[in-house]
Amino acid sequence: MPGDFLNPEEQINLSPQIGDETKTSTCYMCACRCGIKVHLRDGQIRYIEGNKDHPVNKGVLCGKGSAGIMQHYSPARLTKPLRRVGERGAGHFEEIEWDDALQIVSARLAKIRARDPKKLAFFTGRDQSQALTGWWASQFGTPNHAAHGGFCSVNMAAAGLYTIGGSFWEFGEPDWESTEYFMMFGVAEDHDSNPIKMGLSTLKKRGAKFVSVNPVKTGYSAIADEWIGIKPGGDGAFVLALIHELLRADKIDLDYLVRYTNAPWLVIKDPGAADDGLFARGPDGEELCWDANTDQIADARLAGVAPKIVGEVRLDDGRTAVPAFQIMAERYMDDTYSPEAAALRSGVPAHHIRRIAAELAEAAFDKEIILDVEWTDWAGRKHDKMIGRPVSMHAMRGISAHSNGFHTCRAIHVLQMLLGTIDVPGGFRYKPPFPRPCPPPQKPAGKPDEVKPDTILPGPPLGFPTSPADLLIDEKGAAQRIDKAYSWEAPVSAHGLMHMVITNAWKGDPYPIDTLFMFMANMSWNSSMNTSGVMEMLTDRDGETGEYKIPFIVYSDAFWSETVPYADIVLPDTTYLERWDCISLLDRPICSADGPADAIRQPVVEPDRDVRPFQSVLLDLGARLGLPGMTNEDGSPKYPGGYPDYLVNHERAPGIGPLAGWRGEDGGSEGTGAINPKQLDRYIENGCFWSHDFPENQRYYKHANRDYLEYAAESGWIGSSDQIVMQLYSEPMQKFRLAAQGHGDINPPEQHRMRVNGYFDPLPTWYRPLESHDGIEDEYPFYALTQRPMAMYHSWGSQNAWLRQIHTSNRLYMNRTKAELEGLKDDDWVWVISHHSRIKVQIRLMEGTQQDTVWTWNAIGKRSGAWNLDTDAPEAKKGFLLNHVISELLPPKENGYRYSNSDPVTGQAAWYDLRVRIEKADPEEAADATTYPQFKAQPTRGGHSLRDNILRYGGLFKPVSSKADNQDNGTGA
Amino acid sequence: MTLLPPRAKPGDRKLGLVIDLDTCVGCHACAVNCKEWNTGGHSAPLPDHDPYGTDPNGVWFNRVHTFEAGKGTDSRTVHFPRSCLHCEDAACVSVCPTGASYKRDEDGIVLVNEDACIGCKLCSWACPYGAREYDSDSGVMKKCTLCIDRIYNENLEEEDRVPACVSTCPASARHFGDLNDPESDVSQLVKERGGQELMPELGYKPVNRYLPPRARKREQSPSGVGAKLEPLVDLAPNRDNKFLRWVDRVLSR
Repeated sequence: MPGDFLNPEEQINLSPQIGDETKTSTCYMCACRCGIKVHLRDGQIRYIEGNKDHPVNKGVLCGKGSAGIMQHYSPARLTKPLRRVGERGAGHFEEIEWDDALQIVSARLAKIRARDPKKLAFFTGRDQSQALTGWWASQFGTPNHAAHGGFCSVNMAAAGLYTIGGSFWEFGEPDWESTEYFMMFGVAEDHDSNPIKMGLSTLKKRGAKFVSVNPVKTGYSAIADEWIGIKPGGDGAFVLALIHELLRADKIDLDYLVRYTNAPWLVIKDPGAADDGLFARGPDGEELCWDANTDQIADARLAGVAPKIVGEVRLDDGRTAVPAFQIMAERYMDDTYSPEAAALRSGVPAHHIRRIAAELAEAAFDKEIILDVEWTDWAGRKHDKMIGRPVSMHAMRGISAHSNGFHTCRAIHVLQMLLGTIDVPGGFRYKPPFPRPCPPPQKPAGKPDEVKPDTILPGPPLGFPTSPADLLIDEKGAAQRIDKAYSWEAPVSAHGLMHMVITNAWKGDPYPIDTLFMFMANMSWNSSMNTSGVMEMLTDRDGETGEYKIPFIVYSDAFWSETVPYADIVLPDTTYLERWDCISLLDRPICSADGPADAIRQPVVEPDRDVRPFQSVLLDLGARLGLPGMTNEDGSPKYPGGYPDYLVNHERAPGIGPLAGWRGEDGGSEGTGAINPKQLDRYIENGCFWSHDFPENQRYYKHANRDYLEYAAESGWIGSSDQIVMQLYSEPMQKFRLAAQGHGDINPPEQHRMRVNGYFDPLPTWYRPLESHDGIEDEYPFYALTQRPMAMYHSWGSQNAWLRQIHTSNRLYMNRTKAELEGLKDDDWVWVISHHSRIKVQIRLMEGTQQDTVWTWNAIGKRSGAWNLDTDAPEAKKGFLLNHVISELLPPKENGYRYSNSDPVTGQAAWYDLRVRIEKADPEEAADATTYPQFKAQPTRGGHSLRDNILRYGGLFKPVSSKADNQDNGTGA
Repeated sequence: MTLLPPRAKPGDRKLGLVIDLDTCVGCHACAVNCKEWNTGGHSAPLPDHDPYGTDPNGVWFNRVHTFEAGKGTDSRTVHFPRSCLHCEDAACVSVCPTGASYKRDEDGIVLVNEDACIGCKLCSWACPYGAREYDSDSGVMKKCTLCIDRIYNENLEEEDRVPACVSTCPASARHFGDLNDPESDVSQLVKERGGQELMPELGYKPVNRYLPPRARKREQSPSGVGAKLEPLVDLAPNRDNKFLRWVDRVLSR
């Protein structure tokens, strides 16, 4: 090297060994479930990278996944089971042995089960083992179970499953390789994060147009061709106006509608009758259409009929009926849905709505894709090509987290149907095991006569009601579940309402419970609305008995979160690198549209603490309780090897277990087959995942593709290979509405009738988010919401030494022009005031925010002392949660009743309905430069070696720079 | 002061990164994966001060900055990853009083020989891009090595011999290669997409290139800005049947 100095030339080891061992597993730094390769050196983690062979991420890994090392070695890790000493919430514990902890919990649960199993509320958070936890709840016999779906995205799941038999979320994907026009609604960083980034890159490279509909221009919206800065909750109005334009111009795919949707099905028109608005049916219950070939009424599902889509039909009983399509067209062609009307509701100018409708039509119909792939439809007819309409859509939280989200999501699905773009080349594609019938046939278990001492439930606690008979209510119509799921307040709450559990249990409404058992859900902080109130409820005592109103709380988590101090017993979980797990087709699979896949986690390192994986603990508790599925006849545990034992040996139905790969005694079967004792070894040999590629002819039209449907039926995903007909018009909605109108045997109590009648519309509708009312603009002029930062997964990232350097605190972001009109400037401290409460925060102004919207990053704010951070950490002192100003209850109705702050159809938590006003803080209020509210610090937990002033992680791995080492490594490849 | 190697001639190698601002969504994958690799790599460790305290700050070779350009609805949110640009006329090298900071003759990578670094920080003052990272724990300057312990690493599969940031980027917004070879993929990409130097007016001749965002397709459909669908005539208000157009449609299941 040239230089003025005689320093020795640097010896660089160009070929160091990364580690001495490499293990594959599945990431758990968010919900994406990417495949990872973990390199170890001397038992320590040297490097985590994406697994190139993996179907989800194909080798890439995001910022969160790349910070797995710091999560694994987090100083907030729990180290031993804990029993509360002192007051609940104070955070003082004594360490106890596992056997004592499990004995305490199982003794308490055994008593509950023997008396009244529903006194156990078992709720899990961002749980990736819901096939196990739901089954465990059924085995215990409590209906009071759900995971976090009710406060996450049940609107997307329910709207999708009731409409197209699949959903956005991670359960479907745009055809990134050939779509020409992609619309994304309400997604900042969300499911499926890496696949979306990879997809957007592919799509932009190809020159397709990407439109992002979101009040905030961050993340994906930043690279969109067009950003539609919509008013929060206005998306439904926007989408229905697009439908209005397309219908009026006849730019719709009628062939698609007739073949694949219920558009031609006849709907009874007999106002006042008990079956008004239901489908006209033949003697065998078959839906009917008017067949133009025979000029007669015919079975609507028959192949070869020529259904009319408009025109009044006289039924055999003399009444009239019209095709569902006509009812829909009549509705949306009306001026109520004009672009001008939608502009007022959504803030999107009418001429943009018109233009986007024209662009959609152009992409769908002028850029038709034809694949020369032969396929066979459900009726056995061969087609020599697959026709695609290259318009695709994806929607998530910005749609979901509103009280009008179910209908808005249905509206997006109807728009997709009208354009003929679901599961076609270039469109939105189902990922197996979807599509399923709309909705899937499972019903929730837990009716009053199904919950009995020492008895398992006859089915899973969660399911899909299609009529009032499926609700979990008593003879007076009162809720049976602690979260009031499947009651008249949220009839289609397919994922429960975890956000209401603590409030309801505290009130004893509908009844008091004994034990609240939770897993990795930060319910005393960022996962609850009214966080301050919830913290009080968890510690509130009965005035007479002095007992806590929620008598006993058991909590399992891996980390010292805000919720741990509220537990009476803490069961410490492992990190994701220390455990077995299963990403199952029975749960939330990792399939692609081109084929099914599932995966495992394997322990990459052994725990160095006295912690146990929660799923194994749950099976242990099940055996201690003698739950039938977890106990042999002699009373011994059925899965003594814990979760991995269960993964291999549990069968949900004969031949169907948690894992679909390498089944059969010799591992030669896929999907179904006998138990294979070597199954986990085979997964590990294959990189910890299994995948199957569909042949070309099964990749599209899955709802109507015979070869696909037969494969799906053989795999146990669907009950039969019948065509799955999409439900543009939703009969289950109408059944609930009729009940509210007084028809049938099961009717809502008087106080709920108007509400059910109003919101259970068989066609997608739009209404203002429930927190908004006439005149709200004067009182609370702003919408307030959160966006997910790309480098954080909920509250988890702040304990991570690397990720917290990216987001150490959060600001409230406001539109610059609007803020300046209000006399606000960058860095001002303001009060954010809702109907419920107020918080003090610091603002930052930006251009890319819809003018009536304020927002912040989700879950950056922390309680002082939580996650074992310094009690003065910026997360606690400068960071904040919007949750404090969101009430879990809506303002009182005239009769004083307060409904939950949820979608009235699904019970989805309506986080983004929030309305606020902004007031500048007085100079003296701003002087402490600290957010409000602040809480007494929870004690930090000592004894963690990594809570050092300087972290020098990796220093031990530094390659030795000698020539000899170079040569050794060079030949060791 | 330290001398730079002779300017790269045709046939020499000039390794660098090409960063695509059209698809970067600001996810920080590159920054964190870089940290993860390099904290155990050639410049190990990349320490973090006060990691769980009030002012966490560490050594990062790659940082992503987010800012807005422009005003109003036409403003653009820009995610801008920043790391060493491995300049041809690297001021950080010529300013070094000990020869610790140097540019490799064989591939143009700018490195710091920690054994010779006295931690005087002249290089970080000289670098206009703020790409140098001082490790106050060990008292030496550190920086992006272009993953020199990956790109020639015979223990890695050939396709993995790229910097960690390139290998991990979910949006394929990062590319690595020889920018002196006009036929290389990266040079072709720069040519096609009009890749740009960062602040060329300063004259340091950075090797890395940034690809500007592609032209937005906003309102660029062939049908134009005022595009709209024409309603069919049977929608006229005085028509009896607005569904006329569909009455005789012959459709088949």
